[in-house]
Amino acid sequence: MKKTWPLWEVFVRSKNGLEHRHFGSLRAADAEMALENARDVYTRRMEGVSIWVVESKNITASNPENNGELFEPAQDKVYRHPTFYKLPDELKHM
Amino acid sequence: MSENEVKNLEDIFEARIARDEKIEPKDWMPEKYRKTHIRQISQHAHSEIVGMLPEGNWITRAPSLRRKAALLAKVQDEAGHGLYLYSACETLGISREELYDQLHTGKAKYSSIFNYPTLTWADMGAIGWLVDGAAIINQVPLCNTSYGPYARAMVRVCKEESFHQRQGFESLLKLCKGTPAQKEMAQDALNRWWWPSLMMFGPTDDESTHTEQSMKWKLKRKTNDELRQQFVDQTVPQAEILGINIPDPDLKWNAERKHYDFGEINWDEFWQVVKGHGPCNKKRIKDRVGAWERGAWVRDAALAYSDKKELGEQTESKIAS
Ligand SMILES: [Fe+2]
Ligand SMILES: [Fe+2]
Ligand SMILES: [Fe+2]
Repeated sequence: MKKTWPLWEVFVRSKNGLEHRHFGSLRAADAEMALENARDVYTRRMEGVSIWVVESKNITASNPENNGELFEPAQDKVYRHPTFYKLPDELKHM
Repeated sequence: MSENEVKNLEDIFEARIARDEKIEPKDWMPEKYRKTHIRQISQHAHSEIVGMLPEGNWITRAPSLRRKAALLAKVQDEAGHGLYLYSACETLGISREELYDQLHTGKAKYSSIFNYPTLTWADMGAIGWLVDGAAIINQVPLCNTSYGPYARAMVRVCKEESFHQRQGFESLLKLCKGTPAQKEMAQDALNRWWWPSLMMFGPTDDESTHTEQSMKWKLKRKTNDELRQQFVDQTVPQAEILGINIPDPDLKWNAERKHYDFGEINWDEFWQVVKGHGPCNKKRIKDRVGAWERGAWVRDAALAYSDKKELGEQTESKIAS
């Protein structure tokens, strides 16, 4: 048997009120072990109050080669920003 | 891709790094960049893993609960460091098994310092103070290196290293303030670890082959000799606080350079150890491979258990529907 433990991505919420952030990855046989290992590896110094683990193969990532079509269209849409709109100086609270 | 196109991509790539942009796993990168990073990150990971062995040797013999807890926590950190770094390395398209295989077959290198034996309890203090101290100097600049996953791993590693050095110094200080025999033990540890620690910064600048490329990719910010000088300059006053002597008759303050001058390193010894003929090279690999092989049934059992659980869940949901 020459199978290896799958790869997991670890997300940690450092304190309530903050989102879970990607902390890193690890290998584990199953989700339960991934959680335990994540606790040992990434939260030894009170770095977190909540952990998510997800098997890496379940993540679909965008490809940098497609960055043009994905992200460039936003560049010519300055009208999505408040500063695009010219208003008189005497206008307050807007 | 034509040669010209590759050249073009390489220029764009180098310009990104020069602008301090980070390179992420799915970005295009020159083959040489990938290979160099796999080599450096994996060597670094292996060093963390093998580095646990000389210290693990003393966990059960720590002189007090305080020291034992600190040493255990440090060794556990080193396991974590190895893990962060293996994960970073895997993002470059090499598998964990391949990496382990390279370590276990002796194909990959790790830091030579771990091929020296830990003979007394004072060695635990000396390692924390000197070896982790030298590692910190080598590692801090890597927090800004160009490859994102490596830089992020190093930020975490550096945060944890500071405790390693401080616990080592504290433990040596205790010995130095103890009985004459205890102080003697601390001196002996310094005598044995001083020169190998200086060697941790690698060959001298005129002997070092990949410095220029490494500077460009921000795998290096300062040269080996500059880092070594920094280490000597910061460590000499620390030895004075301990009240023990650095074993180098040529060591003295140079007022003109505003640095300490120090004696010639025994480079023959350095290359001997690098080539596998240090005091513990064979033992370290044997211990590592042994631990890996003895753990095989645990890894297999864990997988078998997870397969079985999955199967159980499938049948359950079939029955339910
Ligand atoms: Fe390290
Ligand atoms: Fe470390
Ligand atoms: Fe360390």
